[in-house]
Amino acid sequence: MSGTITLTLNGQARAFDAPGGTLTVLGLLTLLELDARKVAVERNEEIVSRSRYGDTALASGDALEIVHFIGGG
Amino acid sequence: MDGAIATDDTWTVAGHTFRSRLIVGTGRYKDLEETGAAIAASGAEIVTVAVRRVNLSDPKAPMLQDYVDPKKYTYLPNTAGCHTANEAVRTLRLAREAGGWNLVKLEVLGPPPLLYPDMQGTFEAAAALIKDGFDVMVYCADDPLAAKRLQDMGCVAIMPLGAPIGSGLGVQNPAMISMMMEHITVPFLVDAGVGTASDATIAMELGCTAVLVNSAIAHAKDPIRMAKAMKLAIEAGRLAHLAGRMPRRMGADPSSPLTGLIR
Repeated sequence: MSGTITLTLNGQARAFDAPGGTLTVLGLLTLLELDARKVAVERNEEIVSRSRYGDTALASGDALEIVHFIGGG
Repeated sequence: MDGAIATDDTWTVAGHTFRSRLIVGTGRYKDLEETGAAIAASGAEIVTVAVRRVNLSDPKAPMLQDYVDPKKYTYLPNTAGCHTANEAVRTLRLAREAGGWNLVKLEVLGPPPLLYPDMQGTFEAAAALIKDGFDVMVYCADDPLAAKRLQDMGCVAIMPLGAPIGSGLGVQNPAMISMMMEHITVPFLVDAGVGTASDATIAMELGCTAVLVNSAIAHAKDPIRMAKAMKLAIEAGRLAHLAGRMPRRMGADPSSPLTGLIR
């Protein structure tokens, strides 16, 4: 099993080390230094429920959108 | 009754009850600090917010939640920038996950320079969102048939424009706004066009449930002072509506008695 996972993050390809071949959504947010309470995640156009971040494993080729609230009218 | 608005003068949308009749946007401010201060001065209980990709190269950048507490204010996520039903649904599903909230503002806009509501896209997106369990407050044209149709579909608030978004032209269509309202039973808000406090008062005098304001506050020279002005303007308009204006007459009607004059 390879130790690297390639993801499309907010439209850009990025490679991440995945010790043991596994990277969860929570693990990814930690690597990205993002506060899981302030973002929402979509994986391959499907919402990832916040309660599932810890047990949702990512696979190479996954497309993720990570969003947050910003000012708007 | 001391002339103040009775404390039970509330309004309810999709089961949520609010006292303030001013909804404010959180966009276009100088910085997040000013955003927070202006919103506090406005007395608003609902704030509209946009949903966008996180800047992954700057994960520690301050976020809106740090300045506008989601526990204190009801976040109303919008679909600004979405041009299809699919984009709108995906965006608001993300918002629901980020905020745990079903109440949303739908806007599907046509191209610049007018950003006029695209009603065909709005109908499609509203149908998809309602099917997915959202409570949809909908930005729309000042079209009585479209508004009635959106209400019949299940939208929880009808929000026509008074003038194009960010134009500050004021309520350019008071007669049409009044006529639309007669067929709407859900909350009815003017959602765009307000440029200064008197515009908000006019919308409330017409009988609107509430008014949504962003640019008029954010682009004022002193946004915090204008936010306070809007708060008072909304209250003034609401009171005037409840009081009932005097009839207009084509001519004078003296205010002082005509009897007892000296000769």
